[in-house]
Amino acid sequence: MIEIKDLHKSYKMGSNELHVLKGINFNVAEGELVAIMGSSGSGKSTLLNILGMLDEADAGSYTLDGIPIKNLNEKIAARYRNKFLGFIFQSFNLIGYKSALDNVAMPLYYQGVKRAERTEKAMHYLEKVGLANWSDHLPNELSGGQKQRVAIARALASEPKVLLADEPTGALDTKTSYEVMDLIQGINDEGKTILIVTHERDIANMTKRIVNLKDGIIIDDSKVEQVKASANV
Amino acid sequence: MFDIERWEEIFDTIRKNKLRTFLTGVSVASGIFILVILLALGQGMQNGISKEFEQDASNRVSVWSGVTSVEYKGLNPGRFIQMKNEDFDFIKTKFENDLEYKSSVNRIWSGLASYKKENGSYRIEGVYPDYQFIENASMTAGRFLNIEDHRNIEKVAVIGYRVQQDLFKKENPIGKIVKLSGINFKVVGVYTDPGGEREENRVFIPLSTSQRVYNGSNVIRNMGFTMQPQNTFEETLAQSKVFSEELEKILKERHTVAPQDTSAINVFNTLTEVKRFFDLITMIKLFFWVVGICTIIAGVVGVSNIMLIIVKERTREIGIRKAIGAQPWSIIAMILHEAIFVTAIAGFTGLLFGAGLLELVGPNIEVDYIVNPSVNFNVALTTVFILIFAGALAGFFPARRAAKIKPIVALRDE
Repeated sequence: MIEIKDLHKSYKMGSNELHVLKGINFNVAEGELVAIMGSSGSGKSTLLNILGMLDEADAGSYTLDGIPIKNLNEKIAARYRNKFLGFIFQSFNLIGYKSALDNVAMPLYYQGVKRAERTEKAMHYLEKVGLANWSDHLPNELSGGQKQRVAIARALASEPKVLLADEPTGALDTKTSYEVMDLIQGINDEGKTILIVTHERDIANMTKRIVNLKDGIIIDDSKVEQVKASANV
Repeated sequence: MFDIERWEEIFDTIRKNKLRTFLTGVSVASGIFILVILLALGQGMQNGISKEFEQDASNRVSVWSGVTSVEYKGLNPGRFIQMKNEDFDFIKTKFENDLEYKSSVNRIWSGLASYKKENGSYRIEGVYPDYQFIENASMTAGRFLNIEDHRNIEKVAVIGYRVQQDLFKKENPIGKIVKLSGINFKVVGVYTDPGGEREENRVFIPLSTSQRVYNGSNVIRNMGFTMQPQNTFEETLAQSKVFSEELEKILKERHTVAPQDTSAINVFNTLTEVKRFFDLITMIKLFFWVVGICTIIAGVVGVSNIMLIIVKERTREIGIRKAIGAQPWSIIAMILHEAIFVTAIAGFTGLLFGAGLLELVGPNIEVDYIVNPSVNFNVALTTVFILIFAGALAGFFPARRAAKIKPIVALRDE
């Protein structure tokens, strides 16, 4: 599903050049649940941003579902993001003045889906994350866990090939984190490819594979025995 | 523009951000409202000042005599200069081609008029038939004096509307006999004057009659002329200036008055006054325009500011929208669409309120120099469009910048 070869990325910080990614090689097959781990500054978020086409690599190749991702202009990047990717953020990033349902329906609006169909689909995904009764609520009327579940529903709504989660449990307490991970595991079990950036070992252990990043290179990439989140709840 | 989905999106945003929308709307609406009122006041002043000039023909030249103030050719100062019929005849003949209407005036002192038991003191003046046009008077009943009255030294009188009200009440005055300073005159007409009561407080009789009946000589008190209108205002003005100067020179020579004497012969040229007032009106209108344009600029700046704040406030939202697949252009279109919609609604509201207020209050305003303030609707409409355009332009640049921001930057936690 994802093929990355010799990926380099550096940022200019004033006169200094910060080499964040120093040659990343890694593949993700369909249906995998991968954790990208590393301490802060290891380049894990940068990697995720490149995977999410929110940022572009300086060198190396990136192929997503057989399509080479390079020389993207804003327009194409937006279309690919909408078509291929679903994002889950640490700070949820819901639109504050829109109801849970409207937030979930947003990617569908940009896909050009008609309103009635949008509402129906969005409702379906809200049901899936267990928030059907909260569809009319604004984000600030929801708890952190509920917000993240709305965000997951939104990520799923566009039916993407890959879900990218950047510290999805970073703003949540342990119990809520496990609930969210249980949901993510359930989605993965249905066959969706998911990448999670995290620095928490217990969250990483709930995936099927852990990629360890340090100073811009992969130091360890191994399959792990998945811990079911439901066992911890 | 006809994308229903986007309209729904816009209405959703407006509904959920009422305060922001309201503030934008108020700044636009008040700008347009103030402009409409200012322009209307300018127009009202022009109307008012023009009205003040309707009391006499606007190209009138008047001349009257006084006492000399300078010694000249061995003659002492303090002489009273008395104009005579010969002066008028001389001027009339000399400027025959330039003059449109001309009349000399002989004033009867202590002009007491009475009819039956009613009486009152009025200005009684002996004039030529042309005087009707010099005074800008129009008849409400009967006729003005004519040349036959003058030739035959008829004892006929034309009275002002106010005089009619005083002496005759509801009675029809035409054909009635009115006593002027003890002598009977037949009323042949009633006139009205746009100058109002002050100008309608007079009685006109034939000049010949006034000279024959009251003091038996050929003295005249003043003369009034109007010039043949030329093609342009400027030409008329220039010609009337030349005439005024010539007139003064001739009269001074005929009566042996020093050329520099300013009190013996007085010439008053309405046209130069008109010119001064027209210049004043132009200045006032210009002033209102400048103030109005400044108001609009302030409005544009206000709208721009609000647009900047809106875009700033929505940067994160824009990042989110982009992350989930919004095209850059759709972001710009969304912001502009909202801005144009809000400014348009607010602009027309301001226009409507301003025009409505004028419609209600305008005709009731009765102040000197302000008459029926009104606004050119096209001008107001144009300013609304300018404001909408400016608002859109002011929103476009920040919106474009926001659409260019990488979502990763927009989403970065503060």
